[in-house]
Amino acid sequence: MTDKTMTEKTMPLWEVFIRSRTGLSHRHCGSLHAPDAEMALQAARDVYTRRGEGLSIWVVPSSAITASDPQDKDALFEPTASKIYRHPTFYEVPEEVGHM
Amino acid sequence: METPLFTYTLRLADNALVLGHRLSEWCGHGPMLEEDLALANMALDLIGQARNLYTHAGAIEGKGRSEDDLAYLRDCPDWRNILLVERPRGDFAFTILRQFLYAAFMHPYFERLAASKDETLAAIAAKSVKEMAYHLRHSAEWVIRLGDGTGESAARLKEALEDLWPFTGEMFEVDAVERALIEAGIAVDPAAIRPAWDATIDHVFGEALLARPRDGWMQTGGRRGEHSEHLGHLLTDLQFLQRTYPGATW
Repeated sequence: MTDKTMTEKTMPLWEVFIRSRTGLSHRHCGSLHAPDAEMALQAARDVYTRRGEGLSIWVVPSSAITASDPQDKDALFEPTASKIYRHPTFYEVPEEVGHM
Repeated sequence: METPLFTYTLRLADNALVLGHRLSEWCGHGPMLEEDLALANMALDLIGQARNLYTHAGAIEGKGRSEDDLAYLRDCPDWRNILLVERPRGDFAFTILRQFLYAAFMHPYFERLAASKDETLAAIAAKSVKEMAYHLRHSAEWVIRLGDGTGESAARLKEALEDLWPFTGEMFEVDAVERALIEAGIAVDPAAIRPAWDATIDHVFGEALLARPRDGWMQTGGRRGEHSEHLGHLLTDLQFLQRTYPGATW
């Protein structure tokens, strides 16, 4: 077993999401290595909330995330480029609505 | 002549600063980035506690000594910390186990000290109890994982326990200085901490598959200023700047 696979097995990677004092949703803020979920939560507290950033932490095993393939970006995202009518910029907002 | 309250406050402060310094020795040397930060965070908690306690001790003494004077300008015989906290940092198992033994005692201790009739001590304790709750949680989880981990981690933890256990008795010592303060409702009677300490130790050691040593002969002396050679070396590091450049500020 190489050192790399040993580390992946005993100290897998976790993605960290923090909900800030002002934010409504958890936002991805980085990743870290930890042996299990409880230690990942503590490491996230120690690494990412040292300046009072958070009120709530989520940790997710990085291996649980399914990511899109960068090579598919044309097929996935290019078709939307020509559909500007999907942006709600063609409507006049009545003054009574106020700030939107 | 030191008043009992000065000595008592100094003991609490010296424990916090010496252990905080030991933890700070890991900065940049942690086994992994995450733990490097965790140890530094705990060090900063303890150094913060020490600063508040030294300031209070200086006020009690009434001779105009600041927190810096007390931290940087006293020699070994004037230090009142328990011997447990001055042991060299050792390996990660040693550091984590010591943190666990200390936090398992200080967490319930600060809970009680928060009701002290000395309002400043009560306020410092109320702040510190949250910090010690995290130190206890973090160190306990590591003790469990090291003890129930690999053959190597279990062996190192067991060795650390054999080294450290004889230093735990000093936490429960009460002398005449403290007895009077306990009766006055200012200090905490460590005997009252015993049930919580036993429950924490037994629970975590059980999970860590670690046999609790019998309470045999215990080391003593630090609280009276009788220290091991390790404190002197620690102070050469801690006090170097103020000893070499007296009054230096930046």
